[in-house]
Amino acid sequence: MIQTKPNDSHKELHDEKSLKGTLFSVGVLAAVIVVMWVTVFWIYMDRV
Amino acid sequence: MEQTLRETIRNNPKKILGVNPNDAKVSLSYLTVAFVSLLIGGILGMLQGLERAGLIQLPSWLNYYQVLTAHGLLLLVVFTATFTIGYQYANLSHSFGGLLSKVRKLAWIGFALMLIGVVMVTVMIVLNEASVLYTFYPPLAAHPIFYIGLVFVVLGIWACCFGVFINYRYWRKNHPGQTTPILAFFAMGVFILWFFASIGVTIEVFTLIPWSMGLVETTNVMVGRTLFWWFGHTLVNIWYLVATSAWYVIVPKIIGGRHFSEKLIRLVIILLVILNIPGGFHHQIVDPGISQSVKFLHVFMSLSIAVPSLMTAFAMFFVLERTGRKLGGKGLLGWLKKLPWGDVRFLAPMIAMISFIPGGAGGIVNTSNQLNQVIHNTMWVVGHFHITVGVSVVLTFFGICYWLIPYLSKRQLTPKMNKIGVIQTYVWTVGMALMAGSMHIVGLLGDPRRTSDTTYGGHEIAVSWIPYEMVFAIGATLLLIGVIIQVYAVFNMMFFAPKGHTEFPVAEPEDDATPAPLWTERWGLWIVLLIAVISMAYVVPIVDMILNAPPGSPPIRTW
Amino acid sequence: MQRLEEIWITVSVGILIVFMIIVGYQTFALGMGPPSHKEVIDPQKVDTTAPFNNPGIKEIGDNEFEVVMTLQAFGFTPNSIELPVGAEVHFTMTSKDVTHGFQIPGTNINAMVMPGHIQKISHTFTKPGEYLVICNEYCGIGHQAMSTTITVK
Repeated sequence: MIQTKPNDSHKELHDEKSLKGTLFSVGVLAAVIVVMWVTVFWIYMDRV
Repeated sequence: MEQTLRETIRNNPKKILGVNPNDAKVSLSYLTVAFVSLLIGGILGMLQGLERAGLIQLPSWLNYYQVLTAHGLLLLVVFTATFTIGYQYANLSHSFGGLLSKVRKLAWIGFALMLIGVVMVTVMIVLNEASVLYTFYPPLAAHPIFYIGLVFVVLGIWACCFGVFINYRYWRKNHPGQTTPILAFFAMGVFILWFFASIGVTIEVFTLIPWSMGLVETTNVMVGRTLFWWFGHTLVNIWYLVATSAWYVIVPKIIGGRHFSEKLIRLVIILLVILNIPGGFHHQIVDPGISQSVKFLHVFMSLSIAVPSLMTAFAMFFVLERTGRKLGGKGLLGWLKKLPWGDVRFLAPMIAMISFIPGGAGGIVNTSNQLNQVIHNTMWVVGHFHITVGVSVVLTFFGICYWLIPYLSKRQLTPKMNKIGVIQTYVWTVGMALMAGSMHIVGLLGDPRRTSDTTYGGHEIAVSWIPYEMVFAIGATLLLIGVIIQVYAVFNMMFFAPKGHTEFPVAEPEDDATPAPLWTERWGLWIVLLIAVISMAYVVPIVDMILNAPPGSPPIRTW
Repeated sequence: MQRLEEIWITVSVGILIVFMIIVGYQTFALGMGPPSHKEVIDPQKVDTTAPFNNPGIKEIGDNEFEVVMTLQAFGFTPNSIELPVGAEVHFTMTSKDVTHGFQIPGTNINAMVMPGHIQKISHTFTKPGEYLVICNEYCGIGHQAMSTTITVK
């Protein structure tokens, strides 16, 4: 019990500073940009 | 104790006394005009949605194009301008501990000038003397009073610009070595951009006045169009900058967090101010008379405006995640659940920010040179600006109302009103998702914008657009319901909500944050760079358009 | 600046640069750029200026045509065009009054046609059918009626 506690708080502290959610979110944003662009590009090429 | 109290009163009287009632009156007056125009503009918007879907036929004395002209001008110019001034002047008053009395006077002069201008413009539209749409491309020629009214509107905006510049200078002079509060810095960015944006359209309008009166025979239509978009697209980014002021500074406070690094916020503002104006050229990608190399230079310039927005996206997610995790959010996305989704002051700007993801992505498509041929002047563009302006900007403005108006009127946001706000936000979101979503899709199928009826004698491709147009009508109806709820909420909070104290939510920096560098305040330098960028973008094409101009066009009335 | 933010800006700007390279290559190496013709004309003398004094369809090569077209409120001259399948068509257009648009839904034909300026755009009609031609820039009270067709068979 006593041994795990510092470990826990360390993990918590680490979790509090984590930015993986931000990284994931901007990744989604980049995906939206690419998907929208590629869709319109594909329509453009199809109509050439 | 005595000493500090006196110091507080001298340096920051609003902390004790609340908002200066004279300043509150300025902001509340502008906001009143804003929401009256929203109501009228919203009703006109629904009428268009219904006519476009073939459900109603507007009478000849109030035709689709009159309604469209009024909808555009009332919402894109009057609503956004008056809201922006009301909100930014409140920010300034809060940041500087009250406005200078001469600045307040300028704001009132601006108010009067804008009202006169709006009345002139509106009367001409109602009389069917100015069915030239929001863009008033020559050689469509409106009644001269329409253009003179526009001049009054611009003069009113300029009066407010000078007010901000004077108050900023005064504060800086009295606080040597200090950086201005971040909201005041935002206000400087907004009004500087506004001033330089409106120069283009002002030159255009001044050439159109004698032409529409018959004193000058012809006008250069290409130069007019280019000067319009110098203003037209920059205006979009002025609204966006206003919205980001709330995203960066207000939202973190409401969710119980701290704001992002002030140095980076200032960098984003400076970049938006410097890079913005050439963006207008991507409205002319399929125009004749502009060479492909000039167009491609502007593809680069337009895309560069995306960079500060990409920085903003990162900063916002950073602040949201930091705060959510501090509140106990775990795992990859657990922090999202910890955010106050039931608080309209957060919910509305949050949905606004989310909608800027497809909004911004659509903008990148629009400016990608030949891809513009797929979407130019189709309903896609209408869908694009309804999610960018109609959600990213407007929903942020709506969210601001729920603390700004009670703060100014010394009233409170009741839990009931908060609930009304949450419902309003969802109605708006669903309405826009339906309308703008179907507009995007049907635009890709070729449905043109700015056209009262797109049946084209029952041609099969035109028939395929009809189901989507029905969805516009459903969306537009929901949006009018949203407008009515919002206008009710605004005037209730202005005049009827219970008296009380409402906080002005300004986020603090992180404890270990470095102070903002003083060099960011060098507006003279930023303006020089802004002018340099405008010159790079505009001197060559405009000189070319003038030197190689065709014989001009006479005024023409086709309505 | 956060290291993570630097990575994000690098990646996202990289995406924008890739977009620019693709459209730039198509524009300058493959000649697929947007319609940007630079000739001018007196907008009040369109009817007496060649080639617009004689609008119509001319065969200029093997299944290759030039369509000289004038736009005015609220119609296209010539209208109801007929073309064979596979025709490569070069449209040469100008406006006799206000700014119009020239769009054929389902194709990449989308160009502004302005008074005083000559605009050109080309397309190869590989599929048979009746194509709808519309004005996509507001040009007055009858704007919604400004349309015609191109029949390809």
